[in-house]
Amino acid sequence: MTRTRFHQGLEDLKQRLLAMGGLAEQAVERAVRAYQTRDLSVCEVVLRDEAKINAAERDVDEMSIDLLAMQQPMAIDLRFIVACIKINADLERVGDQAVNIAERVMDLSARPEPVLDVDIPRMAQLSISMVRDALNAFLAADVEMAQSVLERDDLVDNMNREIFEAVDFAMGKPGNNHRSLLDTLIVARNLERVADHATNIAEDVIFWVRGADVRHHAQG
Amino acid sequence: MEAAGIHVKDLNAWFGAKQALHGIGMEIPAKKATAIIGPSGCGKSTFVRCLNRMHETLPDARVEGKVSIGDLDVYGRGVSPVWIRRRVGMVFQKPNPFPTMSIYDNVAAGLKLNGFHNRHELDNIVERSLRHAALWDEVKDDLKKKSGASLSGGQQQRLCLARALAVEPEVLLMDEPASALDPISTAKIEDLIFELKKEYTVVIVTHNMQQAARVADFTAFFLMGYMVELDKTETMFTKPSDKRTEDYITGRFG
Repeated sequence: MTRTRFHQGLEDLKQRLLAMGGLAEQAVERAVRAYQTRDLSVCEVVLRDEAKINAAERDVDEMSIDLLAMQQPMAIDLRFIVACIKINADLERVGDQAVNIAERVMDLSARPEPVLDVDIPRMAQLSISMVRDALNAFLAADVEMAQSVLERDDLVDNMNREIFEAVDFAMGKPGNNHRSLLDTLIVARNLERVADHATNIAEDVIFWVRGADVRHHAQG
Repeated sequence: MEAAGIHVKDLNAWFGAKQALHGIGMEIPAKKATAIIGPSGCGKSTFVRCLNRMHETLPDARVEGKVSIGDLDVYGRGVSPVWIRRRVGMVFQKPNPFPTMSIYDNVAAGLKLNGFHNRHELDNIVERSLRHAALWDEVKDDLKKKSGASLSGGQQQRLCLARALAVEPEVLLMDEPASALDPISTAKIEDLIFELKKEYTVVIVTHNMQQAARVADFTAFFLMGYMVELDKTETMFTKPSDKRTEDYITGRFG
């Protein structure tokens, strides 16, 4: 094995990005827990820890650009670094979505509970599992696992549509607090975006490992 | 003369008992730059030296197989190596101008050797070749005053390029043309390759993969005398098909 320092640099980049992924995944989990328990202290933690994710984003960008500039990577290494830069942006957005959810929970907690037949926890569980599996696929360069993430995105999209219909229906019922309904709709919308970012990450893993572009049903 | 493509079929080459090339087959397209990359001893220099029949000039060296440049059968019966080398110009790693000759005579040497003595025409060809090699402006006032050896390394290499271009070849072979040059001179040579491939079929051997990526339309990877892979340069450097190519270009090799 030659180019030891370069390959150590790639490994360091991977570890930093995985650590960031852990933070983003944890932020969504906490935001969802806060939603279920209406626990404002958990919301505070999510808001506070966003800075850690943003700092990680800057680190990953800097490490990636340094490797590109100093090491002139080729082939699978080049694809890896490009994938890292893109995954980095997606994870930062996942962190933002967690903050958005936490802010809606803070708003919800001050209002009457909406009367609404939706299963936000189930949707959240699915979205979080997609993020976790996308990161595991990245860890292990596992294309099959990445593929399994892509296949789940439609389920979350469908749940989001169902929740939209349910909120629309609930708005017509007397006595329901419209703002609480809107908060719930936005929580669902943010979970749907989390799943979209997990999908992007899975696509980037496939690009890295296989060199194939599977976005938007492109032929790889 | 209009540039032609090169067709190579089942090419084998030896140094004595040692086989340096094994069954190379390759289509080198006209008016494109094709880079040959690979580790030391992979046969890449031997390969280009088979294209203009220079390999056979070494003691104990032997070639079998077919090379054609356009319709010309390079190893055909009765085909003169001298004639081949008129159609195939070559630039080497170390600039090798004729040291005592003037700049002018360095460029005109090939034509004069071929019995070309029309003074006015020679002047025109020398100027055109030096312009083509992007050296004219730097030497036009010293053409007959300064010797080839008085120029800087980068200028000497462009002088050698002008000398190769003066005989109007169809194919330009470049064996590590920039590896002895500083980055500015290297950039000039690379810019030139970009210009030259509009008119010539360029084959460049290089150790520098970034250079291959910058200048070549196609890249071939050689390993231990075999051609492992040939593809469009962007494919070779982003998504090579062969694991050995990937290991080499990512430095996971050796």
